[in-house]
Amino acid sequence: MTPDTDTGPRHYLNAEYGFRSWLLTTDHKRIALLYLASVTVMFALGGLFAIAVRLELLTPAGDVMQAETYNKMFTMHGIAMVFFFLIPAVPAVLGNFLIPLMIGARDLAFPRINLLSWYIFVLGALFSLYAMIAGGVDTGWTFYTPYSTAWSNTNVVPTAVGIFITGFSSILTGLNFMATIHRMRAPGLTWFRLPLFVWAHYATSIIMILGTPVLAITIVLVALDRVGGFGIFDPAVGGDPVLFQHLFWFYSHPAVYIMILPSMGVISELVACFARKRVFGYDFVAFSSLAIALVGFLVWGHHMFVSGQSVYAALVFSVLSFLVAIPSAVKVFNWTATLYKGRITFETPMIYVFGFVGLFTIGGLTGLFLAALGLDVHVHDTYFIVAHFHYIMVGGVIMGYLGGLHFWWPKITGRMYPEWWGRISAFVIFIGFNLTFFPQFVLGYLGMPRRYHAYPEEFQVLNVMSTAGASILGVGYLIPLVYMIWSMRYGTPAPANPWGARGLEWETPSPPPTHNFPGVPVVTTEAYDYSAQEATRV
Amino acid sequence: MSDHVVPLRVYYLIFAALMALTTVTVAVAYLDLGLLNTWVAMTIAVLKATMVVLYFMHVRWSSRLVPVLIVAGLVWMVILIALTMSDYVSRAWLGTPGG
Amino acid sequence: MSDARGVLWHHFHSLEQQKDTATLGMWIFLVTEILFFGGLFAVYVVYRTAYPEAWMDGSHTLDVAVGAVNTAVLIGSSLTMAMAVHAAQLGRRGGLVVFLLATILLGGAFLGIKGVEYHHKWEENLIPGPGFDFHGQGKGHVQLFFALYFAMTGMHALHMVIGLGLLLNLVRQGLRGRFGVDYNTPVEMVGLYWHFVDIVWIFLFPLLYLIGRH
Repeated sequence: MTPDTDTGPRHYLNAEYGFRSWLLTTDHKRIALLYLASVTVMFALGGLFAIAVRLELLTPAGDVMQAETYNKMFTMHGIAMVFFFLIPAVPAVLGNFLIPLMIGARDLAFPRINLLSWYIFVLGALFSLYAMIAGGVDTGWTFYTPYSTAWSNTNVVPTAVGIFITGFSSILTGLNFMATIHRMRAPGLTWFRLPLFVWAHYATSIIMILGTPVLAITIVLVALDRVGGFGIFDPAVGGDPVLFQHLFWFYSHPAVYIMILPSMGVISELVACFARKRVFGYDFVAFSSLAIALVGFLVWGHHMFVSGQSVYAALVFSVLSFLVAIPSAVKVFNWTATLYKGRITFETPMIYVFGFVGLFTIGGLTGLFLAALGLDVHVHDTYFIVAHFHYIMVGGVIMGYLGGLHFWWPKITGRMYPEWWGRISAFVIFIGFNLTFFPQFVLGYLGMPRRYHAYPEEFQVLNVMSTAGASILGVGYLIPLVYMIWSMRYGTPAPANPWGARGLEWETPSPPPTHNFPGVPVVTTEAYDYSAQEATRV
Repeated sequence: MSDHVVPLRVYYLIFAALMALTTVTVAVAYLDLGLLNTWVAMTIAVLKATMVVLYFMHVRWSSRLVPVLIVAGLVWMVILIALTMSDYVSRAWLGTPGG
Repeated sequence: MSDARGVLWHHFHSLEQQKDTATLGMWIFLVTEILFFGGLFAVYVVYRTAYPEAWMDGSHTLDVAVGAVNTAVLIGSSLTMAMAVHAAQLGRRGGLVVFLLATILLGGAFLGIKGVEYHHKWEENLIPGPGFDFHGQGKGHVQLFFALYFAMTGMHALHMVIGLGLLLNLVRQGLRGRFGVDYNTPVEMVGLYWHFVDIVWIFLFPLLYLIGRH
């Protein structure tokens, strides 16, 4: 079967050709690919800034660039990665593609709004890109006041406007997912028969809806202060800079759950398939997604332990931050229990699963260290924090994203990626990642501050290790980029269900036809209905 | 939401009630009730908003999911305000460095 | 989608599911608006609690009568909006257009009155920024009251302007006979948005105009 000739079956990729058919599409699958291209570009951009940072940190002296330039590098690395890659990647690429398929629908609830959300994403990215090219921004991705409102003379407002615009993309995606999951499930597909990927995206949508608007208004206030001199965060008229932090982190902490939850959803799907077993404790995993979304909104003050926040408020946020680890731990335990007495195989997606579970566990446990007031006071604003969040963001989110991309690649493109290259690059990424970021835990614990372009001599060895690791990690990311593009033309054509997986998305051809399903699927079984007789690889 | 057509009479009644409550709000503002002034004003505002939601916005005849959404939004706004205020209210209790 | 019979999109199985979903979608959007304005309310609560006298001083410069009239105007526009939806549901094209125009008129009146208020504040040097000067006392906490006054009513006014645009679009479509008994979803959706904007003002009025008036 050669899906890309005119004599073969029609599917969403060859249904129509030409720029207009892509740029004016309302097909959720094509929109997912539009997002894939965009977020990959932004990831590359963020990677370039990371190279600049790691290059400077090879030597203790600030000899590669000025301090001001370095400030711009880490700021723009953070902005590109957080707002333009980590938040949209899994939901807008995998979520968009898979949610209608997984629930037996023909599209999302609002296909035109889906396309609009992509255009809004691109518009926001262009704004921020313009700001970066026109001189950059140096406030840190966190834009703390009063530096961002009163003192920085870099392109704060254009960058903030770009992020404001992109926030709407996030809101519209969450809105679409929520309405879709509520109203468009196939007959027989009750809530507790949904794949856990869908539960994860539902919980993510809750956070997008409730959190992003607060970031939006905070950006408006920063702009009013900076451009109009309103004084909302200006101590001279009684304003409190820490109030900015409350508003900012009210969104930005839940934002990290927007980043990790969809990836966790991916892991649930992968673990069930490659252990050939239903996910242990389905109900608990489903509810844990909701619990993370809810409790995740109650912990933001743990970013402000040394900002001048009241100690009593800090105590409350500390306790709540310990609590929020529990639902995440529930997931890790349940994925592990799923492996017990499973028939495990180690295809590329499964390697990413193991990578995720190990690295996310380390990231999560170090998060507990940071929830403890006594310890956080010492390691706040050091590399310990940087290591902690990179273990979650890269070791967690990106591992899940890559695992999912490989797992569903046959469905998305109708082609298999080269399996051995997949496994090799997964290992290269794992090794490169640990070499980059584990030394940073040590550095932070020893006291090296973050956001400094120079450091004391005694930290150089660990920094060199970190930069070496980053080079390996970079290579690790390039390899899949190459072979996945290669596979779109030369990869082995994929059957409908190459992994012998369960789920409605596997019951339609690879790639799916534009309307996903010929009729209306009817669901009669639980999710992950793997049993010895039925679970065979094609 | 099914195509429930609300009789115009209902709309006129709600409008009248909203006007009356607005008058009450303004009148009460000129009485000295101390701290209660703000609470009374907010209570009246909540009442007015509830009438608009239930009748003008048809929530009375809408899917039960809608009130859940509205309450969620309000609860989250309260979380933002309450936890933020927990910082400001308690700052003076222990004398943090710098005030 | 070109006539009043309602076109069923390919991914829905019934007009009822389609309309139901649209309503749900609009409500989810309104929840985001609750949080959007909620951020402003949070700032308001923090600073009013910290600076109660400044809040009173600031509020006293606002004209209660004008604010009350504006409140009545906006509530009136909610009534006409509800009546527009009613007309659409009954397929009364003429009534729909009349009530939409009435809503636009009242909304425009609100914005006009607001504009006059803003102009007075500008004349009195009460716009926050370098030129702010409260009754010759220079800067101070009262500037924060005005920062919030302009941020909150300004954001509200921006939403009203968008609403007027949406309403004008409905008039255009209504005149062409787009809406009827079988299809009036856009009218209802804009109605939900308009009522929400009214509700925001229902809270803004006492919070800004009615502080310490006794």
